[in-house]
Amino acid sequence: MTRLFLPRDSVAESLGAGAVARALLESAQRRGQPVTLTRTGSRGLLWLEPLLEVETPEGRIAYGPVGPEDVEGLLDAGLLQGAPHPLRLSRPEDMPFLARQQRLTFARCGVIDPLSLAEYRATGGLRGLEAALALGGEAVVEAVAASGLRGRGGAGFPTGIKWRSVRTAEAARKYVVCNADEGDSGTFADRMLMEGDPFTLIEGMAIAGLATGATQGYIYIRSEYPLAWRSLNAAIAAAEAAGLLGASVLGSGREFRLEARLGAGAYICGEETSLLESLEGKRGIVRAKPPIPALRGLFGRPTLINNVLSFAAVPWILAHGAAAYAECGMARSRGTMPFQLAGNIRRGGLVELGFGPTLRELVEEFGGGTRSGRPVRAVQVGGPLGAYFPERMLDLPLDYEALAGAGGMLGHGGIVVFDDTVDMARQARFAFEFCAAESCGKCTPCRIGAVRGVEVIDRVIAGRQPARNLALVEDLCEVMRDGSLCAMGGLTPLPVMSALTHFPEDFGRGAAPLAAE
Amino acid sequence: MNWDAARAMAIIAGHAGREGATLPILHGLQDAFGHVPQEAVPLVAEALNLSRAEVHGCLTFYHDFRREPAGRHVVKLCRAEACQAVGADALHAELRAAYGVDWHGTTADGRVTLEPVFCLGLCANGPAALVDGEPVARLDAARLATRLERA
Repeated sequence: MTRLFLPRDSVAESLGAGAVARALLESAQRRGQPVTLTRTGSRGLLWLEPLLEVETPEGRIAYGPVGPEDVEGLLDAGLLQGAPHPLRLSRPEDMPFLARQQRLTFARCGVIDPLSLAEYRATGGLRGLEAALALGGEAVVEAVAASGLRGRGGAGFPTGIKWRSVRTAEAARKYVVCNADEGDSGTFADRMLMEGDPFTLIEGMAIAGLATGATQGYIYIRSEYPLAWRSLNAAIAAAEAAGLLGASVLGSGREFRLEARLGAGAYICGEETSLLESLEGKRGIVRAKPPIPALRGLFGRPTLINNVLSFAAVPWILAHGAAAYAECGMARSRGTMPFQLAGNIRRGGLVELGFGPTLRELVEEFGGGTRSGRPVRAVQVGGPLGAYFPERMLDLPLDYEALAGAGGMLGHGGIVVFDDTVDMARQARFAFEFCAAESCGKCTPCRIGAVRGVEVIDRVIAGRQPARNLALVEDLCEVMRDGSLCAMGGLTPLPVMSALTHFPEDFGRGAAPLAAE
Repeated sequence: MNWDAARAMAIIAGHAGREGATLPILHGLQDAFGHVPQEAVPLVAEALNLSRAEVHGCLTFYHDFRREPAGRHVVKLCRAEACQAVGADALHAELRAAYGVDWHGTTADGRVTLEPVFCLGLCANGPAALVDGEPVARLDAARLATRLERA
């Protein structure tokens, strides 16, 4: 019996993996060649999806990208023995894109059956939770703090401090909430983990429940991720059946229940207080802080709210020790970050590394430059609210402080590459347009500012009094940055102003001086 | 499907005991009816002890919820930056012209509704879309047409 592995990740599925799986099973059966096919998550080498692997005495051999039309030829060539074929690559772990990574959080993603608890355990799963049960809540919070882990959703707030605040809050009921509303363009790490290794997230949240005294957890996942929604629900059901969740977590007598909730297409619900409103069944309107959610969060109760990747880092930290995690990284950014290469990129995908690689290493060495083959002109780091950097700034190291120091933000680690055909005035306009579409409407700078921003940029693009209108844009950005209630309005000026600062030539287009100016 | 008060009541009752049940109920109604019928709003309000205005407010806040039926196929096209970087804007202009509809519009024969969406997490393999809830990457007009014919 030969074992085959093929991702069921959204990217693989969106490129025909389902048809490849059917063709493989049919053809192998017709040939009388016994095979089993395990549907895994993705390794994150997304330009090679669907990436098929076959188990051989030398290890797993990868072939890709495989389409359904390739299946007969692959089997003819001796796929099941790992034989040569134009699509044959090598062992995945020998491919430079993977070999150079530090896969801690994503160690199992693409390797195991995401819904098999047996495979999860066999690859080190649940060791973090078992360690946490032995240590007790106080020591768990200490370990999370000592690891240096900071919120991977984008804000970079020290996770240990948040956990301690919820642990020490007095209340009859507390909540643990996972922010899986990964709305930033250019990011997909949360999705990959929920599809490829959901038990790691569940384990991390169970540890958080034990450490903070919360008995109920919610995962708020965006509706744009239908496959992750399905895999997460299946994983939660499997975890309940195995006693990993429920009235007595792993027989400890400690209760922790978990439920996934589906968002409804509002980007703003990735903002934590808006997310809590949405979970409560209301419009996703941002709340003023204080009070912080750690003290008054979901339904007014103390609530620990973290991103998927923050929770998913915790099992490794508990299993291997805080010091081992803190050894990775640079300066005040400790541990690993799953960076995501996206947009116009030749080799797009997930790159988990200790903090500190430069943008150039990621975009050029891992990514291989643009997909179009044209020169890189701009990269946007950290989603739609992140800054655009020009090619000459690619030597910036990726850590929280370095990016902030350069007028940007790391955010959730997404890097979107643009080639030299990009019009940065259009990108600045889009930043305002997006903010106008997604603003919750509670505060005036964001609600009105975004609409005004589109209007003013349109005048610049049309060449009407560009100097005066650009001064107005700058003024507007200052108001939005300083006066908005949350990061939506507060950070929209980042892409706008970075585009203006680094690409002024794009804002002079059609700017023939008008008589009125 | 057509409005069915008993069916709607059953869906609402199935979720009403949950914490913060509004979104699960609205999703359930839309899954069943293809949109959230106006007739359902007072029923949801009654079951959750909310005002109709609160339910209406929630229903209209979220992009996902539709108050009118859509076409037989719903195509959600990603308009976010990573897809823009690989030509999504031009593709969308082409598709809107080819199908003769603007955003949120449904073709005259009721076959296809085009909707914008901001990010599907397929950012290294764009342009991306959800076609009847299933992800499609490396989209172009021909690929979409093939996909819709098969569906």
